[in-house]
Amino acid sequence: MTRRAAHQAQARRKALRIGAGSTIAVFAAVVVFVPMAPGWPAVQRSFFNAEVLQRTFPGLLDAFVLDVMIFAWSAPAIAILGLLVAIARDLRSPAFFPIRLLATVYTDVFRGLPVILVIYLIGFGIPGLGLPRPWNSPYIWGSLALVLVYSAYVAEVIRSGIDSIHRSQRAAALSLGLGHGDTMRFVILPQALRNVLPANMNLVVALQKDVALLSFVGPVEIFRQAGVYKSLYANFTPYVGAALIFLIITIPATRYADYLLQKQRQRQG
Amino acid sequence: MLRLEAVNKSFGANKVLDGIDLEVAKGEMVCLIGASGSGKSTLLRCVNLLEPIDDGTIWFDGQDIADPDLDPQPIRQRIGIVFQSFNLFPHMTAMENVMLAPRRIKRLSRASLHASISTLFDRFGLSDRMGHYPDQLSGGQQQRVAIIRALAMQPEIMLFDEITSALDPELVAEVLDVLRALHSEGMTMIMATHEIGFARELSDRICFLDGGRILEQGPPSKVIDDPQEARTRAFLSRVF
Ligand SMILES: Nc1ncnc2c1ncn2[C@@H]1O[C@H](COP(=O)(O)OP(=O)(O)OP(=O)(O)O)[C@@H](O)[C@H]1O
Ligand SMILES: [Mg+2]
Repeated sequence: MTRRAAHQAQARRKALRIGAGSTIAVFAAVVVFVPMAPGWPAVQRSFFNAEVLQRTFPGLLDAFVLDVMIFAWSAPAIAILGLLVAIARDLRSPAFFPIRLLATVYTDVFRGLPVILVIYLIGFGIPGLGLPRPWNSPYIWGSLALVLVYSAYVAEVIRSGIDSIHRSQRAAALSLGLGHGDTMRFVILPQALRNVLPANMNLVVALQKDVALLSFVGPVEIFRQAGVYKSLYANFTPYVGAALIFLIITIPATRYADYLLQKQRQRQG
Repeated sequence: MLRLEAVNKSFGANKVLDGIDLEVAKGEMVCLIGASGSGKSTLLRCVNLLEPIDDGTIWFDGQDIADPDLDPQPIRQRIGIVFQSFNLFPHMTAMENVMLAPRRIKRLSRASLHASISTLFDRFGLSDRMGHYPDQLSGGQQQRVAIIRALAMQPEIMLFDEITSALDPELVAEVLDVLRALHSEGMTMIMATHEIGFARELSDRICFLDGGRILEQGPPSKVIDDPQEARTRAFLSRVF
């Protein structure tokens, strides 16, 4: 081991000791002092009730499958629509002006509205037209609302990625005789998408959570199921259970997004 | 084979090319020299149709390629250009950089291209670098890959825009060697350069650009060794 490496190892051990020590102290304080609060027994009974958790957890997991499914079909739709809108906003020829305008208005409108409002308008509004089954399903229209909102965000992220590619790359591709389509597909987009991968990962995490908003228009997914259990047991613990289930998914995804971002920073020096 | 007639180009109020007349014969090597901002890059970009010109005609092989109604793509395929900053595609290996245009445009398969492109890499001393990414190559190697990439489309004329000015001095020679080889094979070339010594050695004709005009042109023995214009003399005394 070199002298420098030895020094660094020692510094790391010291940092670890301090970090571990202070963490343990804080947690010990929480564990010791919070139960001393006058309202704690009541809170414990209604939020951290082990028996209720045990009874409702399997049902919550079942309901969570629906969240996962809604996510699983919305995410690819968002990726495709977001990409198309981003490309549409980048079309230069005057003939495409209407498409460009449409894409711009679309991103402005859906980025400008609260997600929950769009879910209400589309999730209640369209089935309200009296469509026949299965077209009156809140799954479809609720998911569509999510897709519309998130595609607008994804489109904006991708567009910023496209803008970040220096125009000399485009010039180099065009100078070889490649068309605008090939230039976009083989030269600009691969670089742009890689640059914005971390930003898009953050949107993926946000989408995982916002799936729960669909509960307001009908689907019995985990959040709504937790509400059902809450009424049944007159206890809030099912919500805590639902929160745990979300965190099991979203924390690793968030860490992964951070990791990608960090890796990219390193690459760009 | 290439003839520019009264070509004008402005960026806003800034007149960058001001009545350029220039004729380049097949197999000829023409060097553009002149101060920074005199319009050398713009001239080359206009010939490659990367910039539209405002006025004038560019004849290429009997066709007016400055016609705004013309589809620039097939023309660009026949005119190669290499930039000062290489502009390789960083997400592709050297080989993929070179293959992209022939594959997409000429619809040739990787397998059928591999032999001919490997030969090009070979000739320019890069046969062991085909699988490397641009950031794993030195500047001189990157610039040679950029030249190979342009040559792979088998252009009829090559444009070089100060292709050695971003290179460390010891890497300049390897790139200039490539140009010597191309010249001896009869490639038609226009080159913007600050390498006056190289321009004198190799070019058939030198054009001195000043404020968007070709102030003086002729063989190196005239323009460099016996310039007629005071501004040419002033420029040369500054760069030598
Ligand atoms: N895309 C552009 N938009 C606006 N002005 C431009 C653009 N490209 C070039 N110019 C201007 O045109 C003039 C000529 O530029 P050009 O790059 O052709 O000069 P150059 O002779 O190649 O100079 P250098 O030796 O520095 O490369 C400069 O004044 C420059 O600022
Ligand atoms: Mg220049």
